Amino acid sequence: MSVRRLSAQQPDSFAFSDETLEKARWWMTKYPPERKASAVIPILWLVQKQEGWVSEPAIRAIGELLGMPKIRVLEVATFYTMFQLEPVGSAALIQVCGTTPCMLRGSEALMELCRSEIGPKDKLSADGKFTWQEVECLGACANAPMAQINDYYYEDLTPDSLKAIIEAFRAGETPKAGSAIGRHSSEPAEGALTLTDPSLYDGSRAVPITSLPNAREPAV
Amino acid sequence: MVGILEDKDRIFTNLYGFHDWGLEGAKARGCWNATREILQQGPDWIIDNMKASGLRGRGGAGFSTGLKWSFMPKEVGARPHYLVVNADESEPGTCKDREILRHDPHLLIEGCLIASFAMHAHACYIYLRGEYVREREVLEEAVKQAYEAKLIGKDNIHGWDFDLYVHHGAGAYICGEETALLESLEGKKGQPRLKPPFPAGAGLYGCPTTVNNVESIAVAGTILRRGAAWFAGLGRANNTGTKLMCISGHVNKPCNVEEAMSIPLRQLLEEHCGGVRGGWGNLKAVIPGGSSVPMITAEQCETALMDFDSLRELRSGLGTAAVIVMDKSTDLVRAIARISYFYKHESCGQCTPCREGTGWMWRVMERMARGEAEMKEIDLLLDVASQVEGHTICALGDAAAWPIQGLFRHFRPEIEERIASYRSGRPHVQGHAIAAE
Repeated sequence: MSVRRLSAQQPDSFAFSDETLEKARWWMTKYPPERKASAVIPILWLVQKQEGWVSEPAIRAIGELLGMPKIRVLEVATFYTMFQLEPVGSAALIQVCGTTPCMLRGSEALMELCRSEIGPKDKLSADGKFTWQEVECLGACANAPMAQINDYYYEDLTPDSLKAIIEAFRAGETPKAGSAIGRHSSEPAEGALTLTDPSLYDGSRAVPITSLPNAREPAV
Repeated sequence: MVGILEDKDRIFTNLYGFHDWGLEGAKARGCWNATREILQQGPDWIIDNMKASGLRGRGGAGFSTGLKWSFMPKEVGARPHYLVVNADESEPGTCKDREILRHDPHLLIEGCLIASFAMHAHACYIYLRGEYVREREVLEEAVKQAYEAKLIGKDNIHGWDFDLYVHHGAGAYICGEETALLESLEGKKGQPRLKPPFPAGAGLYGCPTTVNNVESIAVAGTILRRGAAWFAGLGRANNTGTKLMCISGHVNKPCNVEEAMSIPLRQLLEEHCGGVRGGWGNLKAVIPGGSSVPMITAEQCETALMDFDSLRELRSGLGTAAVIVMDKSTDLVRAIARISYFYKHESCGQCTPCREGTGWMWRVMERMARGEAEMKEIDLLLDVASQVEGHTICALGDAAAWPIQGLFRHFRPEIEERIASYRSGRPHVQGHAIAAE
């Protein structure tokens, strides 16, 4: 398991923004009233979106909002690895997938590039703009190697294409997510070999079905 | 034609997202067609037909989906029933549910309604992994469309009150284990529960619950529309239907593809993926079902079929049908050491054999990758692996042991040679203090 601790430096206080609070309340409606604790992960995530990371005062505030003991919220915040327990780069948090399917297709070279462009792993860069991390399988293995940058997936990367992406973030832009080699999604490079039959898309399948296979006697 | 399955038999017709994922597009492709008529046939009919289709769970374990649905109590007592969909796709190599979530979300939503109706559930939660932000945005929008069109919700046109909620995690592989997922959904650390009680007796909030994989649920509507016999006619006996397969690693064109079960592995790689990098002769080994299953050798790949039984006979498994291909340039020991690191990182820490064992196995694997180990440590490692396997609450301990066992089953001489050559280059190799770790 991974050992995760709260940052030594903590702000004095935390306040929900109106937007965060509104979204938090929307999440809370998804669960039975006496099961509000179910919303703890989505709300921690909202707080991270607001602040960039999860601080101790924020953990306390979430506990109060959900009627949970602080220790329970703390447990969740330290268990789940998407919660950043210290401040991260203001321009981009780059999470390079390092697990075997990406490793086989060159994630180590991506991490080498991050090291030279940004600095050591898991540390805020000198200019405060970037943090890079090695994370475990992000579930986009047919588009390996890839990285999650802020919220979205950047796929089919090479050190050169990742470098260009980092440069763009450094310049304050948000480069387009997705495949860096022009794939639409996870079809084979150079074009899909299946799903080419036009009758799948001509509406013929929307013609109402009058009798289901194996149907019982007509329902009354 | 490429592969075995014809386009007309594909369920996920927007797998690559070239078409509209929204409600109109989905309807044009046949989703939500006759859903009301399906529900009118009644829960027993649905479950019987799901059983007859031979659908086996697509999340890895391969248990009959229809049978699983039949385990839910027949009558609703004081506690409501729940369906929970496991979209916490995190098994290394697996990237199929993602395509359903972002490109064909209405097939999933329709399946949720049908499955919930069959199990007398009025509420369903879909648990996405937290990293799938884009996929969650699409799914939330699709759910909204379904509510607005009165396909789901209170007083919907299908006549079964049904609420569908999208939930998400925050980066924990273990939450793909069904009881850990339920813990997480309740707002706790994702640590698996002891079974029994099974979720069908006491699951989410202590209520009867069934947890199914995204793909298992998303195929339900099409199976019932086209008939159990159609689905059962694809693949071979006991391994029926179509399956999303994810091919990654050293092939010329990695991709996702929906294929018939039991397609020969070699045909899958050569026809859909442009073949192994450097040609078939350059193949070294394949992990055929996600990182948890043992690898098979190039020789075994000649005859392996992509189904539960064929891969079981080769002492591996279909798992999620995530095929990780490794050519001859691969350092297999390092590749497996990285998988060991993954399990070390993802162990929830609840059971001692797994918490301590995964870290220990990883450290030894790292040294073996360098050759900096002793010959006798190979047997020690296998012994420890066998002591982790089967001695933990959930299967993560097994999943950590199997890749290592698979490696040594087929490639032990390579590691022995590496250790020998490391030692021969150094006249005084200090024995490593294994006991202290």
